[in-house]
Amino acid sequence: MSTHTIVALVENRPGVLNKIASKWRQRGFNIESLAVGHSEVPGLSRMTFTVDGTLNDVEQVSKQMDKVIEVVKVVDLTEHNMVHRELAMVKLSATPKQRGPILEIVDIFRAKIVDVSAESVIVEVTGTEEKVDAFLEMVGPYGVAELVRTGRIAMTRGPNAPMTIDKSKIEEHKFRAAGEGKAKIGTLI
Amino acid sequence: MKRTGAQIVMECLAREGVEHIFGYPGGANLPLYDTLPQYPQIRHVLVRHEQAAAHAADAYARVTGKVGVCWATSGPGATNLVTGIANAWMDSVPIVCITGSVVSWLIGRDGFQEADITGITLPITKQNYLVLDVDDLAETMREAFHIASTGRPGPVLIDFPRDLQQQETEFVYPEQVNIPSYSPDVEIESGQIKKAAQLINEAERPLILAGHGVIISKAYDELKELAERANVPVICTLLGLGGFPGSHELFMGMPGMHGMYWNNIAIGEADVVMGIGMRFDDRVTGRLKDFAPNAKIIHIDIDPAEIGKNVKTVVPINGDVKQALTDLNPLVEPAKHPAWLGRIRDLREEHPSIVVPNVDNLLPQYVIKKIYEMSGPNPYIVTGVGQHQMWAAQHFWSDNRASFITSGGLGTMGFEVPAAIGAQFGRPKDLVWSICGDGGFQMTLQELATCVEYELPIKFAIINNSYLGMVRQWQHNYYDKNLQSVRMFQPDFVKMAEAFGMAGLRVSEKEQVEPAIEDALRHPGPVLIDFEVEQEEDLYPAMPPGASLAETIDQPTFEEQPEKVKSR
Ligand SMILES: Cc1ncc(C[n+]2csc(CCOP(=O)(O)OP(=O)(O)O)c2C)c(N)n1
Ligand SMILES: [Mg+2]
Repeated sequence: MSTHTIVALVENRPGVLNKIASKWRQRGFNIESLAVGHSEVPGLSRMTFTVDGTLNDVEQVSKQMDKVIEVVKVVDLTEHNMVHRELAMVKLSATPKQRGPILEIVDIFRAKIVDVSAESVIVEVTGTEEKVDAFLEMVGPYGVAELVRTGRIAMTRGPNAPMTIDKSKIEEHKFRAAGEGKAKIGTLI
Repeated sequence: MKRTGAQIVMECLAREGVEHIFGYPGGANLPLYDTLPQYPQIRHVLVRHEQAAAHAADAYARVTGKVGVCWATSGPGATNLVTGIANAWMDSVPIVCITGSVVSWLIGRDGFQEADITGITLPITKQNYLVLDVDDLAETMREAFHIASTGRPGPVLIDFPRDLQQQETEFVYPEQVNIPSYSPDVEIESGQIKKAAQLINEAERPLILAGHGVIISKAYDELKELAERANVPVICTLLGLGGFPGSHELFMGMPGMHGMYWNNIAIGEADVVMGIGMRFDDRVTGRLKDFAPNAKIIHIDIDPAEIGKNVKTVVPINGDVKQALTDLNPLVEPAKHPAWLGRIRDLREEHPSIVVPNVDNLLPQYVIKKIYEMSGPNPYIVTGVGQHQMWAAQHFWSDNRASFITSGGLGTMGFEVPAAIGAQFGRPKDLVWSICGDGGFQMTLQELATCVEYELPIKFAIINNSYLGMVRQWQHNYYDKNLQSVRMFQPDFVKMAEAFGMAGLRVSEKEQVEPAIEDALRHPGPVLIDFEVEQEEDLYPAMPPGASLAETIDQPTFEEQPEKVKSR
């Protein structure tokens, strides 16, 4: 058992996340973190999953994921030399008196204060999960009112880019983003 | 050319060459029904329950090699399809299901007869769509057929709101399908083919395990060539039956839980096992860690996710079976394997496995064997799920390609009746037998009405043991004879057949079997024969749950039979 970082390039269409998540659910995996956003290719989203499992089990699910029609590519980055980061925002209860020591910690972690009020500050911190954990431990005593973490995003180091897709493919095909001139029904979905 | 959504559906179906739709109407698909008279080339078959529509489309696809089509209304109509969709999913059968859905402005608002059918079928479809714009419809239809029928086939569902069925738009049929993220044609690695050939050429005790993939990719000739070239015995999985000629001297029948004893032993002794278009299902492999302990495994499959899923493969070959075998065959050197074939011959003689005991009682296997013997070379055999299914599979040694239609992966009782209907529509001139369990038959027997209405001359053979026989056997053997809820009161099936307007016959003595089958075959219309067979006959060979192939229990010899059997 180890933590795996799985990256998928998928067409940005309704239901895709559901389909992919379902492949993990069906096999009893718990998705530890998930981050989704646009990729360098118009119409394609990039998803980063972290899951705990054996190499074999994770490989099986990755193959199942790859079979989802809208999925263009799936790579397990775990064995690659990669950079991975997470962003967290923490709202701390901070009276003006407490701000000094908090600022010190913020400095050490190269974090950033992004909002201040009379009784609170919001700190933004970026780094590996371990760094974010360490930061949270340090500021814990000041009272964490709210915490949000994005989940891991990852990329291989150096020119090696296993997630890129054939440039000719991009020109040849238009990946079909959602909602291009499509009628939207209701406001619920 | 302006067309309504419903017309576009029909236009696309016509262009896909669809001739039959199995369906059932309701509020949410009425516009589709409204267009039927405009498309006389497409025949709608009204089933009596939507599950039957899906099973019929499934069997139709299996016997024709085309995509089967079914449709239903929203909500309960759509959910009734679910078992049939799951069945097609597990057995990789290409069907397209079109469900009407509530009007688009009610979607997500619990409208009358709304069910989130795309959500419900998400894990059991290869792809599904909720169409929210008629302008997407033609492309979606085209994609659906393409996805269903290419690569590893499977069911595709299109959910289509009623208001959009009535909405008009310019109809443009897409010239081609363009799904950049989906490429079903995999190039086969020639290096892997070479490695496979080398393994086969060096093998002393090779075996082929042929599955449904052989039939799906129509690799009949290529498989035969491979087997004959190197004299490799061919074992067919349940769904692979009909992929290799049953009369061929290299044909070995089925392996696994109720397969031929000799196969289960031979797999343990083989030094090379080639899985061709199959997925090493647990009913085939038994306890995985003891599967083929002496063999190097070559696995050919179109689905990369199947390779390495259950067994460790030495040579994985990802690609279409027909293509892979076409590449492979020229590299395979002629070989005779006399010692190995001799060993198998001995095994078969020592453990004949499927000898029908010569007793006066009416044994279920006897009935099934007689049906095969008397039906000529080309019948289509459709089965339910249970003991009768396994007996039918054990005794299927036919040369007729793709003619054994059964629910393998899902094991769906009730498949036997509607699937026979689909098979008969697909093969209107051929003889179709539905070998039914008395339990399974009662799950879908309403379809006898469909059968009579459309004048389908299907021959139904109910192997009536008044038990959920397979479960009885398990309870008896593995749950200390604690028989619970397996004994069944049965209606008078003969009267029932007559009430539906078809011929019914009852057989309770061995001597009546042949005349009854003769009568049924002579009768031009549908016939039901209620075979009142020995009720507690056990099915052998049998591999206990959790056991390995080597632990398979062979058919007991007469001396080993329990007293109740001996005293017959
Ligand atoms: C829909 C469904 N429900 C339950 C089962 C579990 N099951 C497998 S075989 C069997 C008994 C089938 O009885 P019958 O149709 O009479 O066939 P027999 O085994 O007696 O030949 C049952 C209940 C199943 N396969 N499918
Ligand atoms: Mg029964």
